[in-house]
Amino acid sequence: MSSLDAPSTFRHTIWVLRGNLVTAIAAAGALVLVLVALFGPALVPYDPVASDVPQALQAPSALHWAGTDQLGRDVFSRLVVAARLDLAIAISAVGISFVIGAVIGSLCGYAGGRLDRAVGRFVDVVMAFPLFVLAMAMVAALGNRVENIVIATAIINLPFYIRFARAEVNIRRNLGWVEAARACGDSHVSVVLRFLLPNVLPAMAVQVSLNLGWAILNAAGLSFIGLGVKPPTPEWGIMVAEGARFISTGRWWLVAFPGFALMLAVLCFNLLGDGLRDILDPRMRT
Amino acid sequence: MTHPLLQIENLHVTFSTRRGLVEAVRGVSLSLSPGEMLGLVGESGSGKSVTGFAVTRLLDKAGRIADGRIVYKGQDITRASAADFRNLHGAAMAMIFQNPRAALNPIRAVGQQIADAILAHKRISRQEAQDAALKLLRAVQIRDPERRINAYPHELSGGMCQRIMIAIAISCNPSLLIADEPTTGLDVTTQKVVMDLLAGIAAERGMATILITHDLGLAARYCSRVVVMEQGRLVEEAAPLTLFHAPQHPYTKRLVAASPTATSRVADLVPDGEVLPPLEVRELPVAAPGSPPLLDVQRVAKRFDDGTIAVRDFSMTMAAGESVGLVGESGSGKSTTSRMICRLIDPSEGDILFDGYSIGQIPARDFHRSPSRKDIQIVFQDPNDSLNPRFTAFDCIAHPLIRLSGMRSGDALRRRVEECAHRVGLPKALLSRFPHQLSGGQKARVGIARAIACRPRLLVLDEPTAALDVSVQAVVLQLLDRLRREDNLAFLFVSHDLNVVRMMCDRTIVLRAGGIVEQGESRALFANPRTDYTRELVDAVPHIGAPPLLVPA
Amino acid sequence: MGMIGATLIRAGRRFLSSLPALFGVLVFTFLLMRVLPGDPAVFFASGPNAGKEEIEVIRRQLGLDKPVPEQLAIYLYDVGRGNLGRSMMTGQPVQKDLKERLPASLELTLTALLIALVSAVPLGVAAALRPNSLVDHGVRLFCSLGVCVPTFVSGLLLIYVFYYLLGLAPDPTGRVDIFTTLPPSRTGFLVIDFLLAGDLDGWWAAVRQLMLPAFTMALFVIAPLARITRASMLVSLGSDFVRTARSVGLSRWRIVVTYALRNAILPVITIAGIVFSTMLGANVLVEKVFSWPGVASYALDALLVSDYAPVQGFVLLMASIFVLVNLLVDVLYGIADPRATVA
Repeated sequence: MSSLDAPSTFRHTIWVLRGNLVTAIAAAGALVLVLVALFGPALVPYDPVASDVPQALQAPSALHWAGTDQLGRDVFSRLVVAARLDLAIAISAVGISFVIGAVIGSLCGYAGGRLDRAVGRFVDVVMAFPLFVLAMAMVAALGNRVENIVIATAIINLPFYIRFARAEVNIRRNLGWVEAARACGDSHVSVVLRFLLPNVLPAMAVQVSLNLGWAILNAAGLSFIGLGVKPPTPEWGIMVAEGARFISTGRWWLVAFPGFALMLAVLCFNLLGDGLRDILDPRMRT
Repeated sequence: MTHPLLQIENLHVTFSTRRGLVEAVRGVSLSLSPGEMLGLVGESGSGKSVTGFAVTRLLDKAGRIADGRIVYKGQDITRASAADFRNLHGAAMAMIFQNPRAALNPIRAVGQQIADAILAHKRISRQEAQDAALKLLRAVQIRDPERRINAYPHELSGGMCQRIMIAIAISCNPSLLIADEPTTGLDVTTQKVVMDLLAGIAAERGMATILITHDLGLAARYCSRVVVMEQGRLVEEAAPLTLFHAPQHPYTKRLVAASPTATSRVADLVPDGEVLPPLEVRELPVAAPGSPPLLDVQRVAKRFDDGTIAVRDFSMTMAAGESVGLVGESGSGKSTTSRMICRLIDPSEGDILFDGYSIGQIPARDFHRSPSRKDIQIVFQDPNDSLNPRFTAFDCIAHPLIRLSGMRSGDALRRRVEECAHRVGLPKALLSRFPHQLSGGQKARVGIARAIACRPRLLVLDEPTAALDVSVQAVVLQLLDRLRREDNLAFLFVSHDLNVVRMMCDRTIVLRAGGIVEQGESRALFANPRTDYTRELVDAVPHIGAPPLLVPA
Repeated sequence: MGMIGATLIRAGRRFLSSLPALFGVLVFTFLLMRVLPGDPAVFFASGPNAGKEEIEVIRRQLGLDKPVPEQLAIYLYDVGRGNLGRSMMTGQPVQKDLKERLPASLELTLTALLIALVSAVPLGVAAALRPNSLVDHGVRLFCSLGVCVPTFVSGLLLIYVFYYLLGLAPDPTGRVDIFTTLPPSRTGFLVIDFLLAGDLDGWWAAVRQLMLPAFTMALFVIAPLARITRASMLVSLGSDFVRTARSVGLSRWRIVVTYALRNAILPVITIAGIVFSTMLGANVLVEKVFSWPGVASYALDALLVSDYAPVQGFVLLMASIFVLVNLLVDVLYGIADPRATVA
C-alpha cells in the first residue's frame, strides 16, 4: 500500500519514549538484559563454574561483588552468565506459543463453528491444570532437559494466546471496515491474516512482554525444584535453590542476588509491555 | 412575574485535557421559569450536555465551572459543596440520561433502585418505599408493574428502561428535570411514547424541564421555547415556530435548513451549498427495452443458526439509477436484507439476480472473486468503525481499486484515488491522514469515495448518515444525491429516518419483523399510508413547523 | 424459591459441562505419564536397576503389553475405583498418601487465599476511591513489584528477615515444631483440630508455623487481586449507573458499596478462581521452601526419584480440585450477577 507522509515507526518510537519516562527506562533495562545475555559471559571476572572451596560462602566484597557460593564460585559471574540461559528459554517459549497461538486463535475467532469448538475443548483441558503442575508433569514425562522446559512452557502458554487472539478478533470481525474489506474483494483468510491480525497485534504485543516476565519466573521455578537445569549450569532459579540451604544461617546473598536479578528482569518486561502498546497503536501517530 | 426557577449567568465550563484547557461552554446565559419546558438544541461539540451536567454538578472529574453563576430558586449554587448537592439531587433537581439501560444498575432490581432514590430523601421504611415505587411504575405506564418491579434492566426494553429512569428521577418530586438526549437510540415509535409521557408528567407536576437534544423537530414538538447552542455559545433563543419560520442567526438558519422535514427536498438542505465540481452527466448506456431489472430479489429469507428468523419472504426489483428506501425499526430485518443483497451473508431461501444473473447462489465467502463484486458496493453507518484504523485515507480508497480493478501501485492508482477524493469533496491533503485524525464528515466522505472507486452500479447505503451531525448529514446527503445522478447509480437506502428516505428515494419499502408491510412511491406512501403500522411510524416523527404539543402550565 | 432452584440448575449444568474437561484431564494425564516416558515399566518397577524379569512382570501387571486404548480403559477403571497405584517411596497406595497429606496443603492454600482477599480488596478499593493520591500510587507500585518477585525468593527472604534477623518466626520446617504433639485428627486442619482438642499451646504453635508460608503464598496473589479490584472499581465508579445514583442524591456509602463495589466485585470473583489455580501450582514451591508436608512436596520428592505414580496422582488431584473450584466460582458468579444465563 502506498502511504503518503505518515511518520516512520522509528520517529514515532522516539516520540513515545520521550513522552513516557518509565517506558524508556524499562526499554533500556530490557536492552541491557539482552546485551548482558549476549556479551556478558565473555566479560565476567571469574569463571562461573570454577570452584574455589577455600573462598566458599564469602559475603559480598570488593573482590566478589555478590559474594561466593558454597563451592567458592563467584556469584556475580554466575549471575551474568545465567541471564543468557533464562532469557533464551523465555524468549523461545513465548515466541513459539505466541506465533502458533495467535494464528490459531484468530482463525477460531473469525470462523467459529467446528474449528472453534474443537480448539476450545483442547484449551479447556490444558487450562484445567494448574499450569505449574502441568509444566512439572510435562518435563517429568519428556525428560529432565532444558529443551523440554521450553516445550512445556510453550504448551502451557498456548491456550492463553489462543483465547486472547480469539477474543480480540471476535470483537473486530463485525466492524464496518472488515465488511468493507470483503466488499472490496478480500477472501476470509486474507481478511484474517492481513487485516485482523495486524490490528490485534498491538494488544497481543503487550501480552507478549508481560508473558516474557512470567516465562522467566516459570523457568526459574522449575529449575528451583530441580527440573531442567542441572548443576553446575548457572541459572537464576537453580542458584536460589542451592542458596536456600544457607538462608537460615544468614547467608542472604546467595538468594538475594539471583532473586533480585529475576525481579529486575520481570519488572523491565512488564513495564515495557505497557509502552509497547502505545508505540504500536496508530492512534498515537500524529 | 414569577421568579425564574433557574438562572444561568455567563457560564464558562472548562475541561483539562492532555492538550491543555478546553472551553466547552463559553458564556451561556439563560433562565427557566417554573413548569416551563425548554429545548436546548445543538450538534456535537456545542456544549449543550455539558451545560446540563454543570447545573446538576455531575461534570466529569476533568471539568470545572471556570466562571459565571448558576442560581436556583434564588440561591447561588455555583460553589455549593457536595454535601449541599446531595440534598438537591433528586429532591430539587433530577436528570435522565442517554442510553437508559447503561444508566441503571445492572445487578439490582429496578424497583429497589427506585426505592433507593426515595429512601435517600425520605425517612420511611423499605416496605413503604417499595409501595411508593410501585405507584411510580404505574405513573410511568409500565404494564404489569407488580411483576416488573423485581425485574433487572437487561430484562427490559430500551423504552421501558427509560421510563424507569423517569420514575427514579421524579420519585422525590423535583422542581427541575434535565433530560439529556433521552430518546437517542430508541425507535421512533418508542421515542414518541417516552416523550409524551415525559411531557405529560412534567405538566401534571408543574416540573420545569430542560430537554437537551440534537433533534430540532423533537424540541419543536414538545418545548415552548428553544435555545440553540453552537461551539459553547448560545446563538439564538425563540419560540419554536418563530425559530423555524424566521431564524435570525446564520447558524440557526443552516441548522433549520439542514433538518429534514416532511416537505424538504435535497437541494434545500444546504442553501448556500459547498462548492463541489460542476455536475457532469455522462453519456450513459440506455437499457434496452425488455432487459432484466438491475436487481431482482426473489422471495429471500434468512434464518440464523440460533433459530431466529430475521427476514421472511422479501421480494423487490430495482432499475438502474433508481433509488429505493428500506425503512423499519430495530428488529425489522433491514440490515440483514441489505447485507444479503450486497452478498456479505447468504440467504437461507430465495434468489438474488443482478442484471439477470443469479448472484444469490454464489456463497458469500466466494463472492469476492465474482466479477459482480465491484458492481455492488456498500457505504456503512458508523464512520468510526468502517475505516481500517491502520490505513490512511489513501489506502482505504485504493484498497478496492487494487483488489477488484487489479490496479497496481503507481501513478494511475494515485490519479484515480485523487479523482475519487475530488468527487466527494475531500481535500487532497487529507489523504495521508489516518481515520482518527479525520472528522466524522471527512470519514464519511472517505467511505463514500471507497465505495464509488470501482464505479459500482448499485450502492447499498446502510444508515450512512445516522451517526453524523445534522449539518454534516445535509452535506453528505447532497453529495450522495449528486453522485447518483452523475453516475446513474442505483441506491438501496436503508434508514430509520423517514424524512431522509422520503427526500432521497423514489420508492420506499416499509419493513417490520422481517416482512414487508407496505411499499410504493415515497412521497405518496408517507402522505397517505395505507397500513396502520406505516401511519403509526409517520405520526411518530416529530414535525418541525407544527405547533408545539403542550402548552406549559 | 426460584433463586435457589435456578442456582442448583446452573450448578448442575456447569458440572455436566465440566465433565468433558475432567475426562480430557484424565486422558491427557494418561498420555503424559504412561505413553510419553520411554518405558513406564522401568519407572513403575521397584527401581531403575530392576532386573529384566521383574520389568516384564511389571509390564504385564500394568497392562503395558496391551494396546493403548485398552490401557486407557483399564486406567480409567482404576482411577474410577480410586486406585492410583503404589508409591515406591513410601510403599503405600498413592491414594492413601494423598489423603493423608491433602489437608496440610489445603490449610496452607486456603489460609493464604483468605489473607490475600482480606488485604487485596480493601487496598484496591482504597486506591480506586482516591485516584492519583499517595495511596493510589503506593498500591500501584506495590502491584507492579508484587508480580515480579518469584514465590520462592520471597519465601526465603521472609525466612531471612523474620527467622534469622528478627527471630520472630519459628524454625521454618514443617507444620509444628518437634516438641508439640499433634492433636487427634478430625478435619486434618491443625488450626481447627487443636481448637477442638482444647490445646491452645499447640494451636498457637501451629498458627505460628503457618504464618510465614501462608504469607509467602498470599504475597504472590495480593498483587493481581489488588490490581483487578482497583481497575474494576475504577470502571464501576465511572459508569453511567453510578452517575445516575449521584444524580438522585444517594449517600456516599450506598453509592460506593451497593452500587459501585457490588458491580466491581464480579470480575474479582472470576480472577480469584484463576488465581487459585496459580496458587495450587505455587504450592509446590512454597512447600519445598518451608518443608511443608503437603501433597505437592510429596509429588516433588517422588518426581526426583523417578517414582511416577504419585506424580500422576498429584496431577489428577490438582486438576480435579481446580475444576471443582471453577464450578464453585461459576455458581458464586451466577448468584452475584443476575445477568448470567442459566446455560
